[in-house]
Amino acid sequence: MTLEDIVSRYRDPLESDPLELMREWKKSHPDTKLIGCYPVYTPVEFIHAAGMLPVGVIGGGNRLEIAHADSRFQSFVCSIVKSTLELGLTGKLDFLDGIIFHSICDPARNLGSVFTRNFPRLLVEYIHFPQNMTSPHTVNYLTAEYRRLITGYEQLAGRTITDDAIRRSLRIYNEQRRLLRELYAIRAQTPQNVSAVESYVVSRLATLLPPEEHIAMLKDALATVRARDEKPKDRIKVVLEGSFCEQPPLELIEGLEAAGCYLLDDDFLTGWRFFVEDIPVEGDPVHNLAEAYLRRSVYSGVKHDTRERKAKHLIDRIKETGAAAALILSAKFCEPALFDYALYKPALEKEGIPHLFLEFEEKMWIFDKARSEVETFVESMLFD
Amino acid sequence: MAEAAAAKTSYQGQMHLLQKEIMGRYFERLTRAAEQGDGKAVYMLISGNPVELVHAFDMVPVYPEINALQLAVKKVALPFIQKAEEIGYSMDNCAYVKADVGMFLGDRKTPFATIPLPALILCNYVGCNVYLQWFEHLAENCDGEIYNLDVPFLRDPSGVPSKEDVEYVVKQLEEVIEVCERLTGKKLDWAKFKRIVALSGETGELWSKIKALTKNVPSPYDAYFDSVTMMAPLYCLRGTEDGLRFFETALKEMEEKVRMGTGPLPKERFRFVIEGPPPWPFLKTFRDMFSKWGAVAVASTYSTVGGLWEFGFKHDANRPLESIAQHMLQWNVTNRDFRQRYAQIERYVNEWSADALVIHSVKSCRLFSAGQGDMREYFTKELDVPTLLIESDIEDPRYFSEAQLKNRIDAFFESLEHRKLTRDKRLAGGKV
Repeated sequence: MTLEDIVSRYRDPLESDPLELMREWKKSHPDTKLIGCYPVYTPVEFIHAAGMLPVGVIGGGNRLEIAHADSRFQSFVCSIVKSTLELGLTGKLDFLDGIIFHSICDPARNLGSVFTRNFPRLLVEYIHFPQNMTSPHTVNYLTAEYRRLITGYEQLAGRTITDDAIRRSLRIYNEQRRLLRELYAIRAQTPQNVSAVESYVVSRLATLLPPEEHIAMLKDALATVRARDEKPKDRIKVVLEGSFCEQPPLELIEGLEAAGCYLLDDDFLTGWRFFVEDIPVEGDPVHNLAEAYLRRSVYSGVKHDTRERKAKHLIDRIKETGAAAALILSAKFCEPALFDYALYKPALEKEGIPHLFLEFEEKMWIFDKARSEVETFVESMLFD
Repeated sequence: MAEAAAAKTSYQGQMHLLQKEIMGRYFERLTRAAEQGDGKAVYMLISGNPVELVHAFDMVPVYPEINALQLAVKKVALPFIQKAEEIGYSMDNCAYVKADVGMFLGDRKTPFATIPLPALILCNYVGCNVYLQWFEHLAENCDGEIYNLDVPFLRDPSGVPSKEDVEYVVKQLEEVIEVCERLTGKKLDWAKFKRIVALSGETGELWSKIKALTKNVPSPYDAYFDSVTMMAPLYCLRGTEDGLRFFETALKEMEEKVRMGTGPLPKERFRFVIEGPPPWPFLKTFRDMFSKWGAVAVASTYSTVGGLWEFGFKHDANRPLESIAQHMLQWNVTNRDFRQRYAQIERYVNEWSADALVIHSVKSCRLFSAGQGDMREYFTKELDVPTLLIESDIEDPRYFSEAQLKNRIDAFFESLEHRKLTRDKRLAGGKV
């Protein structure tokens, strides 16, 4: 399957109702248990090693009407919290056997509690990810946290999750993440050969399809991209940051590029390509995954690392890729992203790196305003 | 509503006066630290604060949350909030952070104290994720050392932390001790530390007795509006003789009120439980909206943000670090999930004989507020507790709509009055 085939087959389903793909999948695999994974990062290996399938529950897109969830979560709470609850309240998560939330922000954590009360049928798990990245004791804590999670999934799956099974899953997800890193590396070098939308479609499928199937697809996509030799357009090169949880509509991503940018890098779906290198398979795989969270993971606005200044990773990335500007695309009401911006802004200004700040909502329909802001920004740079 | 006319009430007692005095001394200490370098400041967060350790090193505890709330109470927060918004903070970010950062980036002079720069930014991350960002932002703007003391959220349905959680927090507290030893140049005096923890134990016990007194009818004080007066000494001065004396005085005063059968209002007509932080910029206006109905808060979740003592927790001087870890992990509302908060409120409604639940939803604090519509759903539909959900903010005066709040509160108590009336008639065997 070429990249063009993948996009033409999957773009529409991903835009209209991404989870419908998995509801259909479940019909032909009635015995496989499915675990929903809320953003940002989930150690999916444990779910996979139990013979279950992790499925990214990453909002409801812009075609889902919010009719019930807004009476539970207030107007000042972000869209993804509400759309996820709406999916649950309207029976659209009935195909799941469990769902997992994490300590990423206060609304997401409270959503986990609300799920527990409203959907007693689901196994609702919650990971407290450590926020002390400097203590030598943290890795033991996180290993214990992962072992606790494993026990819960063993009960749900009705089987023991052996270290060997985790190693097998780790190898598979290592490969998937490695291929995604390759795709991103190509985009950073030759953005004319793979658009942000194409990259997004392929990456989003990583959150849905069984990884074995997705790896084959990724290899095909990479083959297509490597065979392309497009001429670069007159666009400015930017690094996009701030969309690590709630996801912008595909039309918005497309609009950003059409307005005159090449997105050399972004943090879309960052939890599904969370590591800068492969996680070691030998030894205690649970400990290895915990250690990787602390030492081998990418920057995340929900992982607070006091070892370096907030904007360092962003400025480094801009310099490494040769981007000319930063595009901060934050979900409306997303406190982690909005707080980060307050530190990015002075740091980028100090470095003399131009930036544009935009807010989006997954449910947004109208993109004219965002597009014209980007166009103005691009023009100001091209004709400066 | 003839009785509602006498709305403006003065809420001052002996306890309030003593609080002003000892907190005044505390703020003077901050100013001395800031202006004369007398003492090293440790910034901490209220939730499950380990203030005992800070006192043991004779360091000065500073709570940016108290800075923010004082700025709001003194009605000087807005210019700081706007300054923060000018430099890149969003309208939708927590206004506690914005007010404090706006103040911090200036000369740190406030109407109540000059705030010292921190030697240590001790981010005791207990529940609130914004804490992490708040302290990161302070750390980026000064030379103070930052330590993220990570406290795992309570996530087992039992509401009890695991052995590994406790160990993890204890190990980190040991690291904090090392940091304080390095910063102060002196070793921890364990005997002194244990005495401080013992004082905290006694203080917590007194506080818990004070909180039980509102089970009386009438309630001797308002467990929301008067509890906040007691919360400042509880966090800033817990573990000191001054702090202990304050709670002894407060208990005596409140016990006396129980004996006399008096409360904060001329007549107690409604008893309610309140959930959520108060609107600091308009505290008295907000209080008067309830007072006019003879409504007294008999319990509040907000008074348990820094610690939950009323259900049996006590600091133990024989296990100082473990008990501080337990306090941080288990015994405060912010580290508990909604299910546990619902259970806490349910207990208040039943054991404190409340007629209703009032949920004050604040935009700034999503830890408290995000999802409170589900709480309303649970209390009204599952438990048949009359519940009012109102919105404003803890810090930002722009979100306080007085007329709207007043209308909602009036309508609620009117319907509650009707409900009471019909229930009383039913109980008396009369026709409804």
